[in-house]
Amino acid sequence: MANARLSVQDKATRGEVVPVRLAILHAMETGFRRDIDGRAITRNVIRFVACRYAGREVWRADLSSGISANPYFEFFFRADMSGELELTWEDDSMEKGLIRARIEVAG
Amino acid sequence: MLRVWLLLLGAAGCGCALAQAPLPLKAGSEFQPPAIRTLQADEFANPAMLWVSQGEQLWTAPRGAAKKSCADCHGAAEKSMKGVATRYPRFAPQSGRVLNLEGQINICSVERQLAPPLEYESDPLLALTAWVAHQSRGMPLAVHIDDDLRATFDAGRRLYNQRMGQLNLACRHCHQLNWGKQLLTDTVSQGHGSGYPAYRFEWQKIGSLQRRLRACYFGVRAEMPEYGSPDLLALELYLAWRANGLAIEAPGVRK
Repeated sequence: MANARLSVQDKATRGEVVPVRLAILHAMETGFRRDIDGRAITRNVIRFVACRYAGREVWRADLSSGISANPYFEFFFRADMSGELELTWEDDSMEKGLIRARIEVAG
Repeated sequence: MLRVWLLLLGAAGCGCALAQAPLPLKAGSEFQPPAIRTLQADEFANPAMLWVSQGEQLWTAPRGAAKKSCADCHGAAEKSMKGVATRYPRFAPQSGRVLNLEGQINICSVERQLAPPLEYESDPLLALTAWVAHQSRGMPLAVHIDDDLRATFDAGRRLYNQRMGQLNLACRHCHQLNWGKQLLTDTVSQGHGSGYPAYRFEWQKIGSLQRRLRACYFGVRAEMPEYGSPDLLALELYLAWRANGLAIEAPGVRK
């Protein structure tokens, strides 16, 4: 079951600055909390989120325990060729996430 | 003493039954800070939409021994579920019970999909409930209390007006008589459930109306009823009737 939402326009003119919005469903467990029996809850946060566009990395965020649960990201990139926008991330339990969108660039 | 009290309640019950909705009706979001309201209105950034998206996928996923999905019977939820949430909780003649949305989803799960019921407050049940409720966003609540619902409704109204817990407060003391006033950093709301299931920052996830009601029980230091208990269902029905005419804003966002 997909655990993320991605919003990006599917068409752009060459050189246009395109906004990207990403929301990931993740508990972002800080490692500072304890359960009802007093045992420490293992830290599990998303370590990084990276965005590749037409084969090269255009944006990257390194996350830590200070980021809220279900993090939301908004950033921009310059669309200069048609291609696949690919967002990937990985958490402390090595679980990987991936969400894609295709952008057609005209002009 | 008890008889006098019952008589008084009976007299008040007839006279004030219709006066038991605050005027003007204000949705829960109106008592939230502007940033929270903006977040709720944003169909993408609203964090509860993560669960709505999951519900959308579950809607078409086959489940149980019947290998049936919700969509196999109901088709596209955008059409078939439009306005459905405005009529819940309702009386289901086939099962002879009062059901909220969660209850109806689990009846379908057991009887149509031949699958075990989804656990209360589990992510799949919250996701499906949010997905179904979202189809009625902006539509006014329209719960009609008929003879089949009367007993549950009366139980709900009784609970709403009954003092409980170490703080000895009834729902009405905050949400009927003192809404709009400040309680530490919060403004006391009118206590409508029209935004639920809602994402609550305190929970860091989406939660059902029953979870919110349990939080109120906890707040007045009363014993919390179990999820799916008759008490919580009766309260849900009374609250829905009390909010009749108020637009559904599920999935809401709350502090």
